[in-house]
Amino acid sequence: MFRNQYDTDVTTWSPAGRLFQVEYAMEAVKQGSAAIGLRSKTHVVLGCVNKANSELSSHQKKIFKVDDHIGVAIAGLTADGRVLSRYMRNECINYNFTYESPLPVGRLVVQLADKAQVCTQRSWKRPYGVGLLVAGLDESGAHLYYNCPSGNYFEYQAFAIGSRSQAAKTYLERRFENFTDSSRDDLVKDAITAIRETLQGETLKSSICTIAVVGIGEPFHILDQGTVQQIIDTFEIAAEQEGPAAEPDAAEQSAAAADQGGSTDEGVAPMDI
Amino acid sequence: MNFTVSKQPENCLLGPESDSQRTLYPYVTGTSVVALKYKDGILMAADMGGSYGSTLRYKNVERMKPIGKHSLLGASGEISDFQEILRYLDDLILYDNMWDDGNSLGPKEVHNYLTRVMYNRRNKFNPLWNSLVLGGVKKGEKYLGTVSMIGVNFEDNHVATGFGNHLARPILRQDWHENLSFEDGVKLLEKCMRVLLYRDRSAINKLQIAKITEEGVTISQPYSLKTYWEFSAFANPAQGAVGTW
Repeated sequence: MFRNQYDTDVTTWSPAGRLFQVEYAMEAVKQGSAAIGLRSKTHVVLGCVNKANSELSSHQKKIFKVDDHIGVAIAGLTADGRVLSRYMRNECINYNFTYESPLPVGRLVVQLADKAQVCTQRSWKRPYGVGLLVAGLDESGAHLYYNCPSGNYFEYQAFAIGSRSQAAKTYLERRFENFTDSSRDDLVKDAITAIRETLQGETLKSSICTIAVVGIGEPFHILDQGTVQQIIDTFEIAAEQEGPAAEPDAAEQSAAAADQGGSTDEGVAPMDI
Repeated sequence: MNFTVSKQPENCLLGPESDSQRTLYPYVTGTSVVALKYKDGILMAADMGGSYGSTLRYKNVERMKPIGKHSLLGASGEISDFQEILRYLDDLILYDNMWDDGNSLGPKEVHNYLTRVMYNRRNKFNPLWNSLVLGGVKKGEKYLGTVSMIGVNFEDNHVATGFGNHLARPILRQDWHENLSFEDGVKLLEKCMRVLLYRDRSAINKLQIAKITEEGVTISQPYSLKTYWEFSAFANPAQGAVGTW
């Protein structure tokens, strides 16, 4: 990005009518590790890539349960994401206390967007450096929204944010027309495949990705590693049958093993599309 | 000039209270509201009287009002507090509509909101002196609940306020069943209202029956019930029970 003289303050417009601080905040989102979301008529699946600083440390939490019917995946400054998740949880629980009813996700998203907008119009604040993929249910079914640091929000059938998200977006763009009527399991498979696209050749293991599901009759929850690994294994088996370059080790890795020791093993899973 | 002294002891937890006063007793009151679930929704009945103590002063008080698209509220107790509640609900529904997003507050949400309002006022020792009945239908689901002035709330297939609890509920417990037709529901409500008319001194013979279904709310024109005062038990009440009147 080019440095220029109108980018010091969020409250300074550039002559071209841009707020550079807001755009820089959106850059922060692009630098974060990938998060994807996709929805059918009845379910929404969120997925993200977990990068840990080193083999010794745990990875950052990027998917948060906000309520039984709403969850969020973040990309960018995870600290900002954590604070916004706490705000969302608070709003949901207050609404539920007053009305004994779940807060419609569409309204939560607008409240979140208005909160982000405030930070673009106060000289003593800075925009939140995090993009949020909000998955939730409301009276009209399943929804997926993307909330930007700029205070804009959009509804999506499927979307990907963060680094190397373009690969995932390309994959999703090819398939999205079928998502509305997808079954829950197919949706999860598509999410995992989209995550794999962002890894650009790195081996896909359940230890480096997190998948969460919410749907009608299914409260928001994060799938456990064992389940995710099983699904990954079914891809690998299919890939083995198709391509000879498939890695036998990857398919036989124990589901519960969270060790990242063998991350840069010999060979690489075939780029199967 | 203010000659009253309101000195609070040092350990008092009450807030400043120089000019405002708390609710002590109601002035203009409405009597029972009775409601039941029937096949297509909710039926509710209330008379149109507003009593000023023992005087039956106002005879055209509408004690049932539609709320939003899906709910109907009936109230007994202080009429001015009922009007205040209608103002709160007006704001609530207005903001709900302003979202313009296809979601709307149903009867369950309104009922719980009212419970919070009533309970919080009770906690401040400044209650809204009403017993409320909230009925409605949303997406085929029928809902009927009640909240009292101290914040007691519950749902049931039939509810009543005030004297209705003592005189109407026993009749409803005996005669109510699932999927009453509209005509049977009205007959049952009229049976309850007639007993109330005979026995509740604050009841007047001018009532409305309101119906709420998926389609919406209809509140009938006011009408009267036929009464019969020549029962021998009325003419000679002491016959079966010496000392009664």
